[in-house]
Amino acid sequence: MLRIDRATYDAIVAHARKDHPDEACGVVAGPEGTERPERFVPMLNAARSPTFYEFDSADLLALYREMDDRDEWPVVVYHSHTATEAYPSRTDIGYASGPAADPRTHYVLVSTRHHGPGTGLSGDDVEFRSYRIVDGEVSEEEVEIVESYLFGHSPTTVVYD
Amino acid sequence: MAIEVRIPTILRTHTGGNKTVEGSGSTLGALIDDLDSKHSGLKDRLVTEEGKLHRFVNVYVNDEDVRFTGALDTEVKDGDSVTILPAVAGGC
Repeated sequence: MLRIDRATYDAIVAHARKDHPDEACGVVAGPEGTERPERFVPMLNAARSPTFYEFDSADLLALYREMDDRDEWPVVVYHSHTATEAYPSRTDIGYASGPAADPRTHYVLVSTRHHGPGTGLSGDDVEFRSYRIVDGEVSEEEVEIVESYLFGHSPTTVVYD
Repeated sequence: MAIEVRIPTILRTHTGGNKTVEGSGSTLGALIDDLDSKHSGLKDRLVTEEGKLHRFVNVYVNDEDVRFTGALDTEVKDGDSVTILPAVAGGC
């Protein structure tokens, strides 16, 4: 299951809507060893394409160095589909099953497609779904939206921006 | 002096859990061969059967993506820092 706070959920959806009709992408980093997606990091889609996304290779290196310095890992890797459902494509599965890909990753797919009849949604309703992808096998997981992670912390450890 | 190589989490099963390892060689390909002799199985994860760098993996020498500098033929030297990362991409 993916547990994600409302503000991060909204930020991912807003990024997907803003970049539509191109695919949007990014990560949500969290403390290494936890499953807490805490730090929203929108990335540039270097492909600037409605059908493909790619982290720029220099941006990717900078991102990993930063996460390493902060003792974080990319708990969530998200991207949007702009004309199809929020389900991993063959290309998505290929990359997510790559030899260096972390099998702990939660792959979030957001669809910004316009809904006609038959999908159970209407207009520009956004689909937000999460998957584990390991060795080519896709398993969808439940997404639980929590109002804030702060409720789980001791007040003395809360850092307000 | 040696070449420092940063290993992504999932490949640390080959390095006894170590985040960085050291190796030597005059090219990235030779460095990977050297690493594989000490950390068995690492080469199979990075290099395809055709002898090319796996396309779902990004490798950097210092700050340069080796895709733009000759891939496995990229020259490396003592003191260089090599970083291996999963490529992040996809499409509908």
